[in-house]
Amino acid sequence: MAEYLIKNGFVFDPVLGIKGDVVDIAIKDGKIVETTEVKDPKVIDAAGKTVMAGGVDIHAHVAGPKVNVGRNFRPEDKLFTYKPRSGVERMQGGFSVPTTIRTGYNYARMGYTTVMEAAMPPLYARHTHEEIRDTPILDQGAYPVFGNNWFVLEYLKNHEIENTAAYVAWLLRATKGYAVKVVNPGGTEAWGWGLNCENVHDPVPYFDITPAQIVKGLIEANEYLGLPHSMHIHANNLGNPGNYTTTLDTFRLSEGIKPRSKFGRDQVMHHTHVQFHSYGGDSWGNFESKAPEVIDYVNSHDNITIDLGAVTLDETTTMTADGPFEHHLTELNHLKWANTDVELETGSGVVPYVYSPNIKVCAIQWCIGLELALLAKDPMRVFLSTDHPNAGPFTRYPRIMKWLMSEEARRQQIDSFKHRDKVIEATNLAGIDRELDLYEIAQMTRAGPAKALGLSQIYGGLAPGLDADVAVYDFNPSEPYAPDDIEKAFSSAEHLFKTGVQVIRDREIVSNGNKRTLWVNAKVNENPQVMRDVREKFLRYYTVTLNNYEVSGHHYIPNPYVIEVDATQ
Amino acid sequence: METVTLTMKKQPDLYLEADNITPDAFAGKKAEEIADLHVYVGREQHRLGDFFEVSGKAGSTPETTKIVVNGDLSRVKYIGMKMTGGEIVVNGNADMYVGAWMQGGRITVNGNVDAFAGTGMKGGELVINGNAGNYLGAAYRGDWRGMSGGKIIVAGNAGSDIGTFMTGGEITIGGDVDVHVATHAEGGRIVIKGNAKSRLGGQMVEGEIYVFGTIDVMMPGFAYRQDVDIDMDGIKGRFALYEGDLGERHRKRKGQMIYGKIYQRIEA
Repeated sequence: MAEYLIKNGFVFDPVLGIKGDVVDIAIKDGKIVETTEVKDPKVIDAAGKTVMAGGVDIHAHVAGPKVNVGRNFRPEDKLFTYKPRSGVERMQGGFSVPTTIRTGYNYARMGYTTVMEAAMPPLYARHTHEEIRDTPILDQGAYPVFGNNWFVLEYLKNHEIENTAAYVAWLLRATKGYAVKVVNPGGTEAWGWGLNCENVHDPVPYFDITPAQIVKGLIEANEYLGLPHSMHIHANNLGNPGNYTTTLDTFRLSEGIKPRSKFGRDQVMHHTHVQFHSYGGDSWGNFESKAPEVIDYVNSHDNITIDLGAVTLDETTTMTADGPFEHHLTELNHLKWANTDVELETGSGVVPYVYSPNIKVCAIQWCIGLELALLAKDPMRVFLSTDHPNAGPFTRYPRIMKWLMSEEARRQQIDSFKHRDKVIEATNLAGIDRELDLYEIAQMTRAGPAKALGLSQIYGGLAPGLDADVAVYDFNPSEPYAPDDIEKAFSSAEHLFKTGVQVIRDREIVSNGNKRTLWVNAKVNENPQVMRDVREKFLRYYTVTLNNYEVSGHHYIPNPYVIEVDATQ
Repeated sequence: METVTLTMKKQPDLYLEADNITPDAFAGKKAEEIADLHVYVGREQHRLGDFFEVSGKAGSTPETTKIVVNGDLSRVKYIGMKMTGGEIVVNGNADMYVGAWMQGGRITVNGNVDAFAGTGMKGGELVINGNAGNYLGAAYRGDWRGMSGGKIIVAGNAGSDIGTFMTGGEITIGGDVDVHVATHAEGGRIVIKGNAKSRLGGQMVEGEIYVFGTIDVMMPGFAYRQDVDIDMDGIKGRFALYEGDLGERHRKRKGQMIYGKIYQRIEA
C-alpha cells in the first residue's frame, strides 16, 4: 500500500491531546505510523489546513427496511436531486433519504469514515446488511433492536440476566449486529394493541413487565457480556411536551451500574437523540426547553453518554422503530404515514416532516439541540448527531458545527425566526455565548463516539497504531473566518483517507474505498434453555425458519471486521 | 418583448427532456447561445440546436421574452418548466410536464398535452386549446403539494386525477373529465363544463368543484346540503351543493366547519 505524509497541517486530535499544533501525520499499510517509519511517502501539503481523524457517527438511520420505506414512499425527496454517474462515482439521488451510494459519498465528503446504523429489525437483518454492503467507503455496523423483543420481555420479567445475555449473544451472531439497541421499551410492543408505554413504570400489556425492568435488565445483560458498546436507548415518551421527566427517570436506571468491558468505554447507557427527550410544558402552547435539567444530569454522571439529535430546520423524513410515535406525528401534521409490525421483535413508522423556522415549536426544538451541546461539560460524552434523517439529514452536520462554533451564526438564525421573542422566552440559547473550538468538535465527532462504541483501539484519533482514517479540510483556524466558512470547509473535505486508501483527492471522490462491516461475536456458555426457546418460537410464531433468518455467507458481509468477546468465564 | 422561434428539425430517438425551453433559461441570450443549451435524450446530453432551428433573440429578462415553438412536439417534455415570467406559445401537441412547477408568465398550447401539465404549479397561466392528459395540475408523485396558484384553462377534455392535492388556483375544463378529481385537495377550484365520471373529491378537505354536466357516481362521502343560485366568474345557474369528504378531518373557521364542496348544475 502507498505511504503518505500529511505535512504541516493544523492538527486537532483529542487522543493525542493536540489542539491545533502543526504536526505531520504519516500513513503506512492502512495505519497511522510515526513519521520516521515512512520511507518514500506521497506528500500531502496541508499547510494552512485543518487535519482530523475520520468522523465517527454513533447514530444514524442509513440502511434497512424503514430507510427503504422512506425511499420508496418519498419519490418527491429525489425530485431534482439526481446526479448522473461520473468518474468512480455511481449514480446517486435523494436528500433526506438518499440512496446507499449517495450516503457513502456524502459522509465521505464531510470527512466521516465510520457510521453506525441505529436500528436493525433482526428479522430484516439480511436486507440491512445488503444495503450496508452497497454503501461505499464507510465502515459500518448495525444495532439490532431488543427493547420490544418477546424473548427479552419474557426473560426479564423474571430478571433472568444470564438467559437474556445468552439470547443477546445469539441474536448478535445471527444478525451480525454490533450493539444492544432499545427503542421505546415496551411501547412499540404495546402499539400492537393500539397502546403505548408513556413512562418507565407503565406496564407492557400482556407481558407483566415495565420499561424500567427492560432497560435495567438489558444494561445488566450488556455488562454481563462485556460488549464493546453500552446499551443504546431511545427512551419512552419521545417528542411529547413534558417528557424530560421520563428522560431523567430513564437516566436514573443506570445509577450504581459500572461498565464491565475491556473495550475502554466508561458508560453503561448511551441515550440517543436527547433533543427529542428534553421537552417541558404540558402542551404545544407552553412547550419549552428543559435542556439544562437534562444535561445537568449527564454532566454529573460519568456512566452516561448522549447524542444530540439536533434539528436542522429542513424538510425531512422521520423514521423510527417507535411505531406509536409515528402515528402520533401523522395525526399532528396530516402527512403520509407508513407503519410496520415486525412479528415478535419490533415495529416501525415513517412520516415526512417539515421543520419550519416559521413554526414556534420547530424553532424551540432547534434551540434545544444546540443547548445540549453548548451546556455540556464533557464533549467526550456528548456527540453530534441529527438522528439522521429524523431531526434533519446528516449532510447538515457542518451547519451544526457552524452554529456550535459561532454565536453570531446562532443569533442570525434566532433573529430570522417568525416567533423570535416567544422562542427566546421558551429557551436558553440566546443567553449562551459559548463557542466550541475545533478540538471540542473533534471530541464530539471523532474521539468521543469512537470511545463510547468501544472502538478507540481503531478509530477516533491520529495516534500511531490507529486505522489511517484522516480528513484534511480547507480551513485555517489561525486566520479570521466568517461563520459560513466553517460550514463550507467541513462540507467538502479536501482529502480523505480511509484505512490508508485515499478516497478523496482535491475534493473529488477517487476511490470507493475498502468498506468493512463491523459485528460483535460474543461467546457465552452453552445455554440449552435459550436455544430450546429459540427453536420453539420459530416453530410456533415466526413466518420464517431459522435457516432463512441468520445472516451468513459472503454475499451479505463480503468484508467483515469481527470483534470477539469472551463471556464464558 | 423579444421573440425566439424554435422549429423542430429532427425527432429524438426516445424522448427529449427540454426543461431549458423557458424564458428564464433563454433571457439575455442570442440564438446561438440558446442553441447551445442542453437537452437530454435518455441519459445522453445533447444541444437544443441539434433538434430545433433557433431564430430571433431573447429579451434581457424572462418577462420580456416570448418563445414560439413549432412542429410535432409530442416527444418533447418539460416545456416551460419552473418558468417565472414571459410567454411561450406551443404550436403543436406537446408531451408531459408542460408548465410543471411554473410560477408566472403564460403558456399557450395550440394542440394537446400529455400527462402532468401544470404539476405543482404556483402561478401564471396555462392555456391548452386542445385536450389535456392525466394528472393535470396535480402533485408530483408522492408529494402532498399540488397546484397552489395560477390558472389552467383547457378547451377540450382532461384525463384522470386532475388537481390531486390541489391547495389553490383554478382549473377550468371546457369538456369532460375522467375519474378522480381533486383527490386530497385542500383548496382551489375546478370547473368542469362537460361531464364527470366518478370519484370526485375523494379525501377532499377543502376546495370547490363545479360540474355543469353529469356525474356518473357521487362519492358516498359527500352529502347533499341544498340548492344554490350562482352567478360569478362565468359560472351561472342553479346548482345542487354537496359537502364532503365526510370521512376526512376538517378545520373550523369562525365556528363553522369547512368542507370540500361539489356544485352540480341542475338548470342553466
